[in-house]
Amino acid sequence: MGQRMSDVETRMPPARFNHQRLIALALVGAGALVLMAPFYFTFVFATHARSDIFNTPPPLWFGSQLLDNISLLLGRLPFWRNLGISLYVAGMTTALNLLLCAMAGFAFAVYDFRFKRALFGMVVGSMMLPSFLNMIPSFMVMDLLGWIDQPRALYIPGAAGALGIFMLRQYVGTAIPADLIEAARMDGCSEWRIFWRVVLPLCGPALGTLGLITFISAWNNFVGPLVVMRSVDNYTVPLALRSLQSPNNTEWGALMAGSAIAMLPLLVVFVFSARRLVAGLTAGAVRG
Amino acid sequence: MPTLEQPTLALPVPAPPSQRSSLWLTPQRRRQIAPYLFISPFFVLFAVFGLFPLLFSVWLSLHQWDAAAGLASMRWVGLANYAFALTDPWFQKSLANTLWFAVAAGLPQHLVALPLAYFIHTSFKRSRNAVVGAYFAPYITSSVAIALIFSTLLSKDFGVLNALLGTHIDWLGDADYARPAIAFVVFWRYLGWNMVLYLSALQTIDPTLYEAARLDGASRWQQFRYITLPLLRPMMYFAITLTIIGNLQLFEEPFILVDAESGVATSVMTTAMFMYRLAFSDGDFGTASAVSWLLFLVIVALSWGNSRLFGRHGSAHVGR
Repeated sequence: MGQRMSDVETRMPPARFNHQRLIALALVGAGALVLMAPFYFTFVFATHARSDIFNTPPPLWFGSQLLDNISLLLGRLPFWRNLGISLYVAGMTTALNLLLCAMAGFAFAVYDFRFKRALFGMVVGSMMLPSFLNMIPSFMVMDLLGWIDQPRALYIPGAAGALGIFMLRQYVGTAIPADLIEAARMDGCSEWRIFWRVVLPLCGPALGTLGLITFISAWNNFVGPLVVMRSVDNYTVPLALRSLQSPNNTEWGALMAGSAIAMLPLLVVFVFSARRLVAGLTAGAVRG
Repeated sequence: MPTLEQPTLALPVPAPPSQRSSLWLTPQRRRQIAPYLFISPFFVLFAVFGLFPLLFSVWLSLHQWDAAAGLASMRWVGLANYAFALTDPWFQKSLANTLWFAVAAGLPQHLVALPLAYFIHTSFKRSRNAVVGAYFAPYITSSVAIALIFSTLLSKDFGVLNALLGTHIDWLGDADYARPAIAFVVFWRYLGWNMVLYLSALQTIDPTLYEAARLDGASRWQQFRYITLPLLRPMMYFAITLTIIGNLQLFEEPFILVDAESGVATSVMTTAMFMYRLAFSDGDFGTASAVSWLLFLVIVALSWGNSRLFGRHGSAHVGR
């Protein structure tokens, strides 16, 4: 799946060491530090009281108010519940995507059927539609279905995406031998069993990458919940955090603690999966 | 977690063993039907939550409609919503803001990302994954969390940036600074994404090309100029297209960073925000739909222009 980043190391033009290079290395390093700074400050501020954050100079190192900030946060928001809703929505979106995209990807990779090309063209075409076009009418569809303020309004519409179908079709087409499928068929497997017992277990790497991508984008989704969720009890984390912000009395310490909690799971996952995630994302996007 | 939805969506075919011998469902027949059943969940979802809303939105844009009064109160107005939007100074202002953001946040992304990718490609070996990860991390982070941290960092009285610079600038409350500040946040978020796209394209360039050029005495700059840049062209086309589409839909960063009631709100209001406000604050779904289609036309036009500039070779084989 995708290109392995280390493949290239062996075939780069040989590097020469000189002053220019050192300067450029330092620049890239400094750039990375600047890019990391906001993350650092989120975690630092999460451990300081509001009055400390708005001090001159602002705190640059961790403080001791993390638990106070969290209890402040819990006083303002049903934050654990929001976290649960976020987990539930992102988890359902991911599980449904893995299943439905694998089914469709499998079908497009393995079978020949009428209108296959046109149907696949529609899958690809659905990627081209900008999401804001759908904001108003899909809100109205949710209203019509009575799904306003319900988590299913967030995970059902996005339960199967074109990118995932693309990835799985590619993977099944290249990594799973046709002979294997034919052999299973000879043994009397039904088409579903072939998919479920033979093909799906072999799709691990592609499913892993797709799962990561789907979970991250569902977890971070802001506009979707903004449009359909109404009660604080059903807010996802981004929406809940945003609702804490007010022109005057924002509890920044609590807000940063909440932001840190929202960021942390993804950053941890990212540390262990960055290479695979990046390769999967660019390979998928690139083919699109 | 309820897992009920999963099997019921598509699977009449894998009948339980007892029914397997039903007469008309021969294995050949099953094999013909199976692919349609496997792909049906996607198409059902797409029809209900993608295609139908889209068509409905065209219909809606041709009507005047007060959401509170129910569907019966829809009134056909033809293109009046479009005419209204096009002559509305707020719409024009929002479009100008959007285009400003598209350029101010988009152009630097590519001007920095491409050389950065080239440099990382040629100079980083062991630490490459760490460096790429650092640049990419903002892309996978919640835009709300990002906007919130930036609004503290950029705050006027106690923000870290002002403390560092020794200044007292109201970054998010002064129109002259709010727009560049927001553009910077967008730049910050997507730089790594573009860098990674260029990096993946660089990795597909045949290294023997560089070797041959070196043997012919080409300098490093000449190699970049005459080998790397032309071969990156398809990826530039692709990445810039993504930036155009993404930036013209800009919503979350300005929406969260700038208080809607404040004085600078109008100078950072993008067309997507304008559309959101028309629909969900004013309840004018008809005009809001017309605005969304007008913005879509702008996106199509700019993407077309981009394909005239960079396209030509198409993007089919980019990066693989």
